[in-house]
This record gives sequence, C-alpha cells and structure tokens, in this order.
Amino acid sequence: MSQTAEPVIVLKNLVKQYGDFTAVDSLSLVVYKGEIFGLLGPNGAGKTTTILMMLGLTEPTSGEVRVCGINSTRNPMQVKRKVGYMPDDVGFYEDRTALDNLIYTARLNRIPPKEAEARARELLERVGLAAAADKRVGTFSRGMRQRLGLADVLIKRPEVIILDEPTLGIDPEGVRELLALIRDLSRKEKLTVLLSSHHLHQVQQICDRVGLFVRGRLIACGNIDDLSSQLEGAPAHRLELEAAPVSEALISQISGLEGVLSVERKEPDRLAAAVGGDAAPVTLIVSSNSDVTAEIARLVTASGSSLYGLRPHRYGLDDIYHRYFEGSETHERVG
Amino acid sequence: MSAWAEKLRELMRGVFRRQAGGAGGGESAAARETGPAADSESAGASERALSPFWVMVQKEFGDHVRSWRFIILLAIITLACIGSIYAAVTALREGVPLLSGDAENEYLFLSMFTVSDGTLPNFLTFLSFLAPLIGVALGFDAVNAERNKGTLSRVLSQPVYRDDFLNAKFVAGLLLIAVVIFSLGFLVMGMGLLTIGYPPTPEEFFRILLVLFITTVYVGLWLNLSIFFSVRFRQAATSALAGIAVWIFFLVFYDMIVNLIGTALAPVNAVSIKEVQSYANLIMFLTRISPAELFREAASTLLFPDVRTLNPFVTQDQAYLAISAPLSFGQSTLLVWPHIVALIAETALVFAASYVLFMRQEIRSRH
Repeated sequence: MSQTAEPVIVLKNLVKQYGDFTAVDSLSLVVYKGEIFGLLGPNGAGKTTTILMMLGLTEPTSGEVRVCGINSTRNPMQVKRKVGYMPDDVGFYEDRTALDNLIYTARLNRIPPKEAEARARELLERVGLAAAADKRVGTFSRGMRQRLGLADVLIKRPEVIILDEPTLGIDPEGVRELLALIRDLSRKEKLTVLLSSHHLHQVQQICDRVGLFVRGRLIACGNIDDLSSQLEGAPAHRLELEAAPVSEALISQISGLEGVLSVERKEPDRLAAAVGGDAAPVTLIVSSNSDVTAEIARLVTASGSSLYGLRPHRYGLDDIYHRYFEGSETHERVG
Repeated sequence: MSAWAEKLRELMRGVFRRQAGGAGGGESAAARETGPAADSESAGASERALSPFWVMVQKEFGDHVRSWRFIILLAIITLACIGSIYAAVTALREGVPLLSGDAENEYLFLSMFTVSDGTLPNFLTFLSFLAPLIGVALGFDAVNAERNKGTLSRVLSQPVYRDDFLNAKFVAGLLLIAVVIFSLGFLVMGMGLLTIGYPPTPEEFFRILLVLFITTVYVGLWLNLSIFFSVRFRQAATSALAGIAVWIFFLVFYDMIVNLIGTALAPVNAVSIKEVQSYANLIMFLTRISPAELFREAASTLLFPDVRTLNPFVTQDQAYLAISAPLSFGQSTLLVWPHIVALIAETALVFAASYVLFMRQEIRSRH
C-alpha cells in the first residue's frame, strides 16, 4: 500500500489507564485506506482496549482517536455506522438461526427487513454458510462461528472492519480459509482491515503492515523488512547451511566473506544425530548484512565438502516476537 | 403519546404476524404492511426501517415468548388463577359472609377476587405472591447472559445507544407482563361471569382494571430490580438469588423488622396525642417503604370498596361518626393514588440505579 493513501484510522498519543495500571501508553498509529493492518502482541498488551477506544466503547484517559475522520470518543454512533467490529470470541444468540442473527444485526443498522434478508443470504453464501443458514447457531463449530462473525461484520457494508483475534481457537485449515476470505474481501471491497492477533505466522501471511504492541506500547511498525531494520541489532539475512564434513577452516573461510556477521553451529536434532552418526551433515547458521548465498555455495563445493542444503532464512517475526515478548506473558490483562 | 401508541401497535402487529406466519414470510408481510406509514427517520427509503430500539424490543419480546422459562411461569400462574377462581366460586356458592354491612350484594363480582373457601388462597393473595417471581424470572439474566454469551459487545458495536439496550430490555419485559396480567385478569372475570352468572357493574370493572394496572407496575418494579442485579452481577445465578433474596426479605422479614423498630421506639408513657400520632406515622412510613405493602394496600382498597381510610390511627369520634358505606371508585382511587405514585417512583429509582451502573461499565466480551 502506498503511504500517500488517505489515512482511515488515526491514533494520537492515546493513553488508557485503569487506576495505576497503564493499559495503553501514548500510542500513535496511522492505518491507511485499503490496507490490512495487523496489531500483533501477546495477551494483555492492550490490543482489545485500543480497539474498544477506536469504537468509542471505552473512553481514553487522554489522546485522540479518529476513524474515517470522525472522533470516536465524541461521536461513537457515527463511527459505529462505518466500522464493523468482530470481538474476540464472538457471541451469537444460540437459539436463533444464523440468518436470524444476521438479520437482527442488519436491522439494528436500520436496514429494512426485506433488504436485510437479501443481504444476509448473500453474505452467508459468500462465507460458505449458505447450507447452514437456517440452523441454530448453537450447533455451529468454532470455525463456522468465526465465519458467521465475518458475515455479521460485513452486513452493514462498513468502510473499516476491525477483527479482534479472528483466528483464535480454530484449526489450521480453518485459519487458512478464514484468512484467505479476509484477504479476498479486503481486496474486492477495498476495505480497510485491522486485525489483532498473537499468532504471528497468521498475521505475516495476510497483513500489508503490522504493528508490534507490547505492554501498551507500539515498539515497531511497518512491513517485515521495515521491522527487521527498525529492531536494533537484527541482521537482514540469515542462511541455514547443511554440509558434511565441516572443518574449522571452512567455518573461518565463511566468516571471512564480506558482510557476514556470524557463523553458528546448530546443535543437531536428537533424532537426526541418532541416525546419521559422524557422517551426518552439520547445520550452520550464517547471519549477514547482504545476500551471500551464492558465495557460500561456491566456497563449500570448492573446499571439497558436500552441500546438502542451503536455505535462506528471513529474519522472521518469530525471532522478533521472542526477543520482545518473552516475559511479558505474565502481565495478564485487567478487567 | 399518540405516536408512541402507534409504534407500539405496529410492533405488536409485527410480532404476532411473525409468530403466525413463520420466520421469513412473516417479516416481509409486516414490512409490506408498515410500508406506507410515514417515517421521518428514514424518509426516502422505500421500505420502513424500525429504529434500533424497537428492533431490540421486538427481539426481546420474541425471545421471552419462546423461552421455556416463560411457558413454565405462565403454567404456574394459570394454575394459580384457575385454582383461586374455583375456591372463590365454591365459597360464593356456599354463601360465605360477603363484604360487611349492607354492601352484601352490591360488590358480588369483586369478591370473586378476594374470597376463598379456605382450601386455596384467593386471587389477590396469589397475585401478590407470584408477581415478584414473574418480575425476577423475566429480568435476572437480562444483561449478564448477553455479556457471558459475548453478544453484548457485538450488539453495542452496532450504531445503538447504550441506554436503548437497557430500555429495550425493560420495555419488552413490561409489555409482556402487561399482556400476561391483563389477560389473566380478564380470564378470571370471564370465567367468573360464566360460573356465577352475575355481570359486573362498570364501577367494578374499572376497579379491576386499575388493580391490574397497579399489578403491572408492581411486577415492573421487580423486573427492574432484577435487571439491576443482572447488571451488577456477572453470574446469572447470583443475580437470580439476589432478586429472590430481596423478595423473601420483603415478604417475610420486613414486617418483623418494622415491628422490632416499632417496639423499640414506642413512646413509654404517651403524654399527648401528637406524640402518639407522630409515632404511628413513623411506623406507617416504614411499612410503606416496602413495595409489597404498597401493592397490598392499594389493591385491597380498590377491591374492598368499604375501606374508607388507610390510616391506622383513627380517633374514636372519627370511627363513631363515619358513615358505614362503600366509597365510590373515584374516592378509592384518590385513597390509593399516593401508593401508585410511590410504586412508580420506586421503579424509577431502581431503573436509574441500573442505568448509572450500566453506563459506567466496561464493555468487554466474556471476560
């Protein structure tokens, strides 16, 4: 997404305190039109609180929230007309059918009954629940509920959708389908999507940009490359090299290449070690500033060792996540 | 006011049509029918869209009517009703001494509601006993169930005012209560008419209508109280228990406590009439804080036209000189007017409390 696009969600120095506890600490963030933004952080980081403030369901202690140019704290009704929100662990009226639930939401948005039903059926078709339209929601599985939640969010034809932990508690296949659906919807309808998650891999798959959110603070924001460069000390490239035999000379040769920062020997997996014995390939992890894949391959073959594998390993969110989130899991959210 | 009545009528039409015609067809039929009605809110739209408040009321009403809870309640109340009519009719046949004095035959129809052959309590007693139960049963999980199911945050993230949510809960419950109370009242009247074959005078009819109205207000008070508890307590069971505890408190213990205070405060050697009078007033005030007492006094004054005063402190002269004759409907109403106002005021007070509490609460899903 180009950064010149029109900003849709603007947070300025947002603070939310519960007594002494600061849930959100001077947060500033801009989400542009048409992008999928991932709010990434561990439990208790303040993601849900931030989302509630965007909708005007919670008042910020200080700072400003603007959604579609409207102040959420002052005019929550206007914001709620334009924003679809799916809470984490979305709930439905269990003894009503999926269709009834959607029609109810539509009618709360002043959509006339006839049109509400037409829209509801169309959306159920779209999220793949057409066959279950007249079944009670009580009988739905977790994945079906999340998809119904998505339909529920879309029925008012919003400009922005906010999904709080949309993938929580669904099986991997369900997650894949749901994310594909979200991406598809966002592209076709030009929707701005903000989703929160603590599953970094899922966020990585579909988000244009992510924000890392820890203990109420936004510590980094941007796409994966931006994040890597923003996080101090993080090398841009990493390689996993499997070769046998590996001599100390080879290691020092690799270390001598221009741009290489470090070479580490990865401890073999127990399983692999038991099978391979001495001749088993050794895995080396090479971190570097620039792309040195080709040079390393040449070096290994020139030294007479056999090359078993060479995988470029992007410095992933995983590592970033671990570095920043370790230890913060103990801070459970209040309320 | 008339606009409001119009909306109400439309709402009821929609509800009944939907029940009669099944989900899909009923909806569109209602829409077609309400289509031509002018609506300032959605002018320009070809179809009429109800305001979110009435959509919520409609849904709540539907939920109540379909719920097992309501069916069970209705069964209990209907049984109580039929039982009390049976007891009343048996008593009337056996010729129980009716209302005192010369009024014997004048208010035969009213006594349908107040006499009994002793096997079962009369209609009024049943009503005053069961009314709080209906209120508590309809409201105890109004807010906390939605919160626990995760629907509260979903509904409130729609363009809906937060107070409308609470109001809708109350209005839907009150509507349902009004329907139940009035239909039961008419049921008793109808069955009485059939069995004793003695038609009511218009005055008797109005008295009964007013009693039914007061009952609705009284149940509304309990409904509100239970909604208050449902806002306060996260667990539906706790809130139900709190409601029942208050009910039992006023039913059983309140009188006892007032008696205790009364004995403690009683003037030892009364010197002046003034002293005795102020003491009597204080005790009366304390007793009348209880909504149960307010309801009992109001209903029985209306159903026994020969109750001339509710003041327990009557001088000998007053008692001696008073003419022993029943009061007219207007005079009885005047006598209980403060009670009605007090009941409504207590309802408003409880509603305000739950309102304030609800507006201050965080809307989070489930946690």
